[in-house]
Amino acid sequence: MTENDDHQLRVSKIQNGTVIDHVRAGQALNVLAILGIDGSEGEEVSVGMNVPSDRFARKDIVKVEDRELSQDEVDVLSLIAPDATINIVREYDVVEKHRVDRPEVVEGVLSCPNAGCITTDDEPVTSRFEVLDDGVRCAYCGTIVREGIASLIDT
Amino acid sequence: MEGLKGNAGAYTNEMRHDHLITSKQLSRGDIETVLDRAAEIDEDPSAVADRYADTLLGLLFFEPSTRTKMSFETAMKRLGGDVVDMGSVESSSVKKGETLADTVRVIEGYADALVLRHPKQGAAQMASEFVDVPLLNAGDGAGHHPTQTLLDLYTIRENAGLEDLTIGIMGDLKYGRTVHSLAHALTNFDVHQHFISPESLQLPREVVYDLHQEQDGTQIREHESLEEILPSLDVLYVTRIQRERFPDENEYQKVAGEYQIDTDTLEAASDELTIMHPLPRVDEIAPEIDETDHAAYFDQAHNGVPVRMALLDLLLGGDDGGVRDD
Ligand SMILES: [Zn+2]
Repeated sequence: MTENDDHQLRVSKIQNGTVIDHVRAGQALNVLAILGIDGSEGEEVSVGMNVPSDRFARKDIVKVEDRELSQDEVDVLSLIAPDATINIVREYDVVEKHRVDRPEVVEGVLSCPNAGCITTDDEPVTSRFEVLDDGVRCAYCGTIVREGIASLIDT
Repeated sequence: MEGLKGNAGAYTNEMRHDHLITSKQLSRGDIETVLDRAAEIDEDPSAVADRYADTLLGLLFFEPSTRTKMSFETAMKRLGGDVVDMGSVESSSVKKGETLADTVRVIEGYADALVLRHPKQGAAQMASEFVDVPLLNAGDGAGHHPTQTLLDLYTIRENAGLEDLTIGIMGDLKYGRTVHSLAHALTNFDVHQHFISPESLQLPREVVYDLHQEQDGTQIREHESLEEILPSLDVLYVTRIQRERFPDENEYQKVAGEYQIDTDTLEAASDELTIMHPLPRVDEIAPEIDETDHAAYFDQAHNGVPVRMALLDLLLGGDDGGVRDD
C-alpha cells in the first residue's frame, strides 16, 4: 500500500473524483480521448506518464477531479487499458476500487477504418462495435480490428 | 406496423416482420422454413397467386442489378402484389445529397416491404434501423447478399441434398460476397467445404476466422488446384474471376485459365456432380457443359423467383400466411 501511495504522490492527490491507475504506458491521452475529456469543461485533470510500476515497468495514471466515472465509461477503457484500476475518491479517500470489464458492445467511441462502410458516409448513425476476445468488430460492415484500436477513437 | 411487430411472437412464423440483412442471422430452422416454403410454392404457384393483392414492394437499387431487381419484381407480382421503384440514382433525390436514412424512411411510407441494394457495406443493417417494414438486403457492397444465398441453398438441396455434402467453391473468393454468404450459411449443415482459388484471391482471413468459429476446422479446406479435390465433390460452385483484379492481361489469362472448366476437366468428376454459378458467366464454364446433367446454373437462376416469393410470404405473412398450412 505504501508503495502505491508513493507513486500516487508523483501526481497531486485529488479531493474528489476518479483516479485511473495501471494504464499501459503511452495510453493516458487515449484514455482521456475515450472518455471525451479535453479540459474544455473546466475539469481539473492530471496525467502521469511513464511512472515506475511494480506491475509493469512503466505505467500511466490519469486523475480527473470532481467526476466519478460510470461503469459504462470504465468498461470502454478496457479496450486500450485492460489492466487499469479505477479508484473513486471522496474527500481524499478511495471509497470504491474496481477493475475494468470488457463490454460486449461499444457505441459511438470508435470510428470504422473501412472506407467502404456505410458508417463512414454522412449518415445519422452512431458507430457500433462488437467486442471480441482479441479485437473489435464493426456491427455494420463486419470489419475486425485487432491492432491499433486507439487510432480509431473518435475525437 | 409497430403494433403488429409486438405480436409477432404469437404466430408460428417466427420470421414475420423481420428484416433479412445477412445469412448469418438465419438459423438452420429458418433456412429450412424458407426452402420448404419455396418448394411448396414451386409445386403449386397458383395457391399463392393473389395472396398479396394489395401489397407493394419498394425497390431501392443504388447500383444497377437488373437480374436481382427483376427477380424480386417477378416474385412480388406472382404473389399478386406490385412494386414501386425508386428508379436510378441519377434521377432521384439521392443525387441531391439525401442520406440513405432519409430515403428509406420516405419510401417506407409507400410500401409494405423494402428491397435495398447499395454499394456500401452495412447499408442494409443501417437502413433497417430506420424502418419498421421488413427490409431485405439485395447486396451491400462487398458485404452480404442473403437472398442469393437462399436460392443457392435451395438449388443445392434440390440437386444434391444438404446432408453429408462435399462442396467445392471456386474462383474469386476474396471479393465474392455471394461466396462469403453461402459459406456462412453452409456451416449450419453437415457440409465439407473446399475453397479453390489462386492465392491472391483466397477467402479473406476474417471470413475464414468466422467459418472456424462456426464449424470444425477439418470441414473447411483451402486449395489452389481443383484437380486434387474434384473427384470427391458433390457440388462445384464456380464464380467469375474478374480481369480488373489483375495488374495485366497476361497475368489474368494465365491465372483465370486454371479455374475454367470444360468436359475434359469433368472426366475426373463424379457422374452426380452438380455445377452451379451465380451468373452471368464469361468463360469459366464452357458452353458444352450446359447440355450435360451436371449443369444446374440456369435452374439456379430460375429458383430466385420461388425462393424470393417464399421469403416475401414469410416476412409479410398475414394471419393465415407463412408456414402454417395446418
Ligand atoms: Zn464498418
